[in-house]
Amino acid sequence: MTKLLAVALAGTLLIGAGVANAKDTITVGMVLEPPGLDPTAGAASAIREVTYANIYEGLTRIDAKGEVQAGLAESWKISPDGLTYTFKLIHGVKFHDGTPFDCSIVQFSYGRAVAADSTNAQKQLFEPIASTDCPDASTAVIKLKRPTALFLFDMGWGDAVMLSPKSVATNKTNPVGTGPFKFKQWIPGDRVELERNPEYWGAQPKLAAVTFKFVADPSSATAAVLAGDIDAFPLFPAPEAIDQFKANANFAVHTGTTEGKTILALNNTRKPFDDVRVRQALAYAIDRKALIEGAQSGYGAPIGSHYTPGDPGYIDLTGVYPYNPAKAKELLAAAGIKPGFTITLQLPPPTYARRGGEVIAAMLEQVGITAKLVPIEWGQWLDQVFTRTDFDATIISHTEARDLDIYARDKYYFNYSSAEYKALYKKFVEATDPVTQTALVAALQTKLSQDEPNVFLFALAKVGVANAKLKGLWDNDPVPANDMTGVSWAE
Amino acid sequence: MSAWRSAGLLTGAAITALMVAVALVALVWTPYPPTAIDIPHKLAGLSAAHPLGTDPLGRDVLSMLMAGAHASLSVALIAVVVGAGLGVPLGALAAARGGWMDDALMRAADLAFAFPALLTAVMITALAGPGAANAMLAIGIFNIPVFARVTRGSARGLWQRDFVLAARTSGRGDIAITVLHILPNIAAVLLVQATIQFALAIVAEAGLSYVGLGTQPPQPSWGRMLNDAQTYIFRAPLLAVFPGAAITLSVLGLNLLGDGLQDLLDPRVRRQR
Repeated sequence: MTKLLAVALAGTLLIGAGVANAKDTITVGMVLEPPGLDPTAGAASAIREVTYANIYEGLTRIDAKGEVQAGLAESWKISPDGLTYTFKLIHGVKFHDGTPFDCSIVQFSYGRAVAADSTNAQKQLFEPIASTDCPDASTAVIKLKRPTALFLFDMGWGDAVMLSPKSVATNKTNPVGTGPFKFKQWIPGDRVELERNPEYWGAQPKLAAVTFKFVADPSSATAAVLAGDIDAFPLFPAPEAIDQFKANANFAVHTGTTEGKTILALNNTRKPFDDVRVRQALAYAIDRKALIEGAQSGYGAPIGSHYTPGDPGYIDLTGVYPYNPAKAKELLAAAGIKPGFTITLQLPPPTYARRGGEVIAAMLEQVGITAKLVPIEWGQWLDQVFTRTDFDATIISHTEARDLDIYARDKYYFNYSSAEYKALYKKFVEATDPVTQTALVAALQTKLSQDEPNVFLFALAKVGVANAKLKGLWDNDPVPANDMTGVSWAE
Repeated sequence: MSAWRSAGLLTGAAITALMVAVALVALVWTPYPPTAIDIPHKLAGLSAAHPLGTDPLGRDVLSMLMAGAHASLSVALIAVVVGAGLGVPLGALAAARGGWMDDALMRAADLAFAFPALLTAVMITALAGPGAANAMLAIGIFNIPVFARVTRGSARGLWQRDFVLAARTSGRGDIAITVLHILPNIAAVLLVQATIQFALAIVAEAGLSYVGLGTQPPQPSWGRMLNDAQTYIFRAPLLAVFPGAAITLSVLGLNLLGDGLQDLLDPRVRRQR
């Protein structure tokens, strides 16, 4: 009897040890909770930070370095005039709901994105598409209205993923894609759980389950990572606590770049921001170096236009509006703004906005502008600022890559409108020769810097902390994503 | 009254007077403007220029503490005034009328007590929007039943006393008796209660500001200073110590003052000694 018990005990211990060794789940921390899980129905990066490459896939995908890789299309050919793209689709791919993936899905997904009632937040990516034809089930031929330089990159965005026609109505709460992970459950206010898709067409991911946990508060985030409740926090909200993690061998600190262009967005149709002198004055009034130091503990790079230093064709315009409070006051006086003028500054939850807001308010005070700080929740920001454009100014990071197009749109929340910029942008997307493209990218950045529709602050650094045993996490953040396909635990 | 007790009273009065003085001085003068950032000098240690150092944005901690004293005390003062201003008349009414009026008012007070005060204050500020004014109101509302209870409890006994009967036989109405005879007799109890509620209101304001529902940035507040200090706890632990000490000290001072006043003013307690 004793012997039997001993054997049973030993067995239990062995099983216990086995489980402990082969950890195959991960909890990933995020600051913002997505408003829904349908990447074709919202602008919030958090949607794609959960779904991209995990649940949904597109014809192409963007890798950790920001380069275009094959996705659901294994290869493609581009006609010499740049107008016809022939994609060879991967055979045997199935959606999580069993729907087979073929050319009709491509037709459906892109057709839905360009439709008049499309809810896609990046509709302009699909606008150049003239037609999608299916010569056979595994070939998609896409004809464009005009050459589009970034088309393959654009189709790798989290917004350009393939959807099963059966699930489009319910993707917001029950996302269905072709990816290596399936949606398991979403506990609002807390977490989203994904589990491995055993029928995935590609290599099986090493992780059996992924949990995305939402923690907005910097000190709670620090505590959760220290306690091991969160294994990885790729965009960590407490840069001041980084040294503490660097000193601890159990944790690895990943620093890299993101596409996050942090701006002081101004409502360009609201007085006094319709006056370019006022916008330029604000640009002179802000000491970007001190802001990065104060709000981000020094992580981040100043920018002078809506483009990050890592982007192709970047030009350094940070010297156009050096920190110069005297010049700012002069411009404000010229624009008829009296000292004591009050503006309202809406601050969404991320640290760059909440802490950055306090720093910017103090800097504006120096030039005679009183900024009333209004901390708002993420859903409220999306509704009041982004959708209804009811705001004076806000601090926000635009995480979409190479999104110079937002200034060429007819209606976007900061209400910038410049015929000259629109014409330049049109020339840029239609250019096929790389030299002209580079020149035009530079011209676009310069034009934005001249008009300063928003005050360009800094490129958000990617400062992440993770358990030192985790492998395969992205160092940079070229697109909003937490791609878990290559992530695993060291033995 | 023992010497120890009177030492408590004096200490409490001194600490409270100091806090009030600091809060008043902060209105007109602080070493630096409390919201002025100076990022090159962030997280500076204790020095002659910055006696209590600087915070992560280079703001002078001493100036912030002083301005925070003003924010804390003014929220607490208004909250107590709101609570006493409505609670005392209601309690006095219940004691004067008795009967169903007394029952209804006291059961309503019981109902209000059944909700955790701070949680409900969180709910009120969440509904009405964060801010110092709403925090005052939320904390004040929860002071109403406290004052109503104390007033009613102390006043009821008095209504049976001979001098009240005498006043009544000479034709005085309820209101006149309450104002002329009842309130002066329970003033000591109310004063003691007010100091206790004042201390609780300071803690409540700090709590609300800590979770982001009280005094809003950039106005300094002890609760928010504590929250801001949290992620710096290993780099600059003193940032959390100073606002924490300020809250503790002011609450301690008010409680000592309240205890001392009770001994001094309540004749029954004095007789027992």
